[in-house]
Amino acid sequence: MTTPPAPNGAVLLRVRDLKTYFVTEQGKGTARAVDDVSFDLYAGETLGIVGESGCGKTVTSLSILRLIPEPPGHILPGSLIEFDGNNLLALPLPQLRAVRGNQIAMIFQEPMTSLNPVFTVGDQIAEAAIIHQHLSRGAARARAIEMLRLVGIPDPDERVDHYPHQLSGGMRQRVMIAMALVCHPKVLIADEPTTALDVTIQAQILELLDRLQRELGMAVLLITHDLGVVAGHADRVVVMYAGRVVETAPTDALFARPMHPYTEGLLAAVPRIDAPRSRLHAIPGQVPAATAWPTGCRFHPRCPYAWEKCAAQEPPLLETGVAGHTARCWLVTEPERRQAKR
Amino acid sequence: MTLGTWLALALAVVLAAECVRALRQRGLRQERWRRFFRHRTTSWGLGILVFLALVAVAAPLIAPFDPNRQLDIVYLKNHPPSWTFLLGTDVLSRDVWSRAVYGARVSLGIGALGALMAVSLGTLVGAIAGYYQRWVDAVLMRGVDVGLALPRIFILLMAVALWDGLPFAALVIAIGLTSWFGTSRLVRAEVMSLREQDFVVAARALGAQTGRIIFRHVLPNAAAPIIVSAALGVGNVLLLEASLSFLGIGIKPPDPTWGNMIADNAPSIYTAPWSTVVPGLAISLVVMSLNAVADGVQDALDPREREPA
Repeated sequence: MTTPPAPNGAVLLRVRDLKTYFVTEQGKGTARAVDDVSFDLYAGETLGIVGESGCGKTVTSLSILRLIPEPPGHILPGSLIEFDGNNLLALPLPQLRAVRGNQIAMIFQEPMTSLNPVFTVGDQIAEAAIIHQHLSRGAARARAIEMLRLVGIPDPDERVDHYPHQLSGGMRQRVMIAMALVCHPKVLIADEPTTALDVTIQAQILELLDRLQRELGMAVLLITHDLGVVAGHADRVVVMYAGRVVETAPTDALFARPMHPYTEGLLAAVPRIDAPRSRLHAIPGQVPAATAWPTGCRFHPRCPYAWEKCAAQEPPLLETGVAGHTARCWLVTEPERRQAKR
Repeated sequence: MTLGTWLALALAVVLAAECVRALRQRGLRQERWRRFFRHRTTSWGLGILVFLALVAVAAPLIAPFDPNRQLDIVYLKNHPPSWTFLLGTDVLSRDVWSRAVYGARVSLGIGALGALMAVSLGTLVGAIAGYYQRWVDAVLMRGVDVGLALPRIFILLMAVALWDGLPFAALVIAIGLTSWFGTSRLVRAEVMSLREQDFVVAARALGAQTGRIIFRHVLPNAAAPIIVSAALGVGNVLLLEASLSFLGIGIKPPDPTWGNMIADNAPSIYTAPWSTVVPGLAISLVVMSLNAVADGVQDALDPREREPA
């Protein structure tokens, strides 16, 4: 793969050949949850990672901070996650801890369970500041209040002493964001930040993330299965399928002309308000088990265009001609086959 | 019973009640204390424990007789309760009231310290086993299995052989070291489920160290079973001390403990029930009070609102 030209700014986080495997119970095999994933995150941009459930999005995000439970999981040697000139995968644990929550922070999918039920939200927001900046209790509390105000929670002076169960789902997600941003990280990994929330709150939280990104100038890795979220908030998109990157492109290019049949299928599956009403499109079949990916192109059993070559040989990420747009599909080399849909 | 002892006793009651009242007053202002005092029984339990502690501390003032003195081995054996001997005398003509008061010192001391030691140890081992899992868990839990399989009395008999007459501290240590197995299993199970919770991953993502995660994020969520097992542990330790006394390897006679009072007077339980019932009631009272207080502590530590039952 050739690196696409930098949109603006320098590469902040470089992921190369990331392989995270899980050993399954009773030696039934190895689940290759993330298999040879590479991408770059540039300073100040929002990079979306999209894909169905089980395609390796979350494992990728957890691998970056080495939060994969080991065992059963392990990141294979040869993988590289470079941040600030260091390979995070080779960093000793104390130094890695100094990165976690300080330089790279993460927010999780479930604001209900990701907050500790027995501590006030103020204590939890202050935690990272106490760990990394050694703030006193008073200063940490003041910082927590300031963070609550920043993420748009009304009455921060009062809310700081509330427990998670006293807050609504949207508020809890705001608290999670405040926790993650308290040390002004350079990279924020948002793993499905809005999946557990209802649509109006989703929109508010994404607006908030956009605003904070502009104000704090951080890069955001936005992991989602929702193409609508990607369309509105990401600068570039990485599409993952079966543990692999199948397409990367600037958001506009991806939506204008998806090159991989999987991306095409995902886009067709999004219900449109302006289209005549018909049956929703679905990609036939399911993501195969991670212990037994198909040979050749991993998407070929579900692909409407697949031919012999697809089953025999897996394509590399091929340049499509548009800057920064690559796709792991033989159709790039034989575009005439796109017409002859089977 | 002299006027002085009655006065001292009344003072202890008033002090205990006053102490609880002051705490309750404070509780009206602080959320945590308010939750602690949510149940009426908690106040009673706390009051009784404070009262018993005061009695133990002020034993010389409250006991009318020397607890070890045999008043009259011929005429005052198993004397029923009267104004002079408020709770009667025992089989060796010693005043039961005085012995119960002095016995509170040893029994409460052993109960509190022994249970504290056992619960701390059990929590620590359980947390380490549950958090690290794999071989750490296997080694520690097989050790616990061995500990549970060995009859505790035999271990303590060995300790006696080594020490030749157990001093108080040695008894506490011996009891503490042999009483933590159950707690460790309880805590391990709790920690194993808590360590998979999202907020633990979130804490790691914030850069928290393992110790901080275990002690700040995992264990406070396991507080309820730990506290309950501590409260029950005190009762168990009191009973264990009693059975050790019964075997003659606990606190050396004639020094009174609630346990050896029961043991010494068990043969005369039909003819002179007061000398066994009184220490028995004292033990029950402590265990019940502790349970009531444990409920309060549990409420105080758990911020999720629960309606009083």
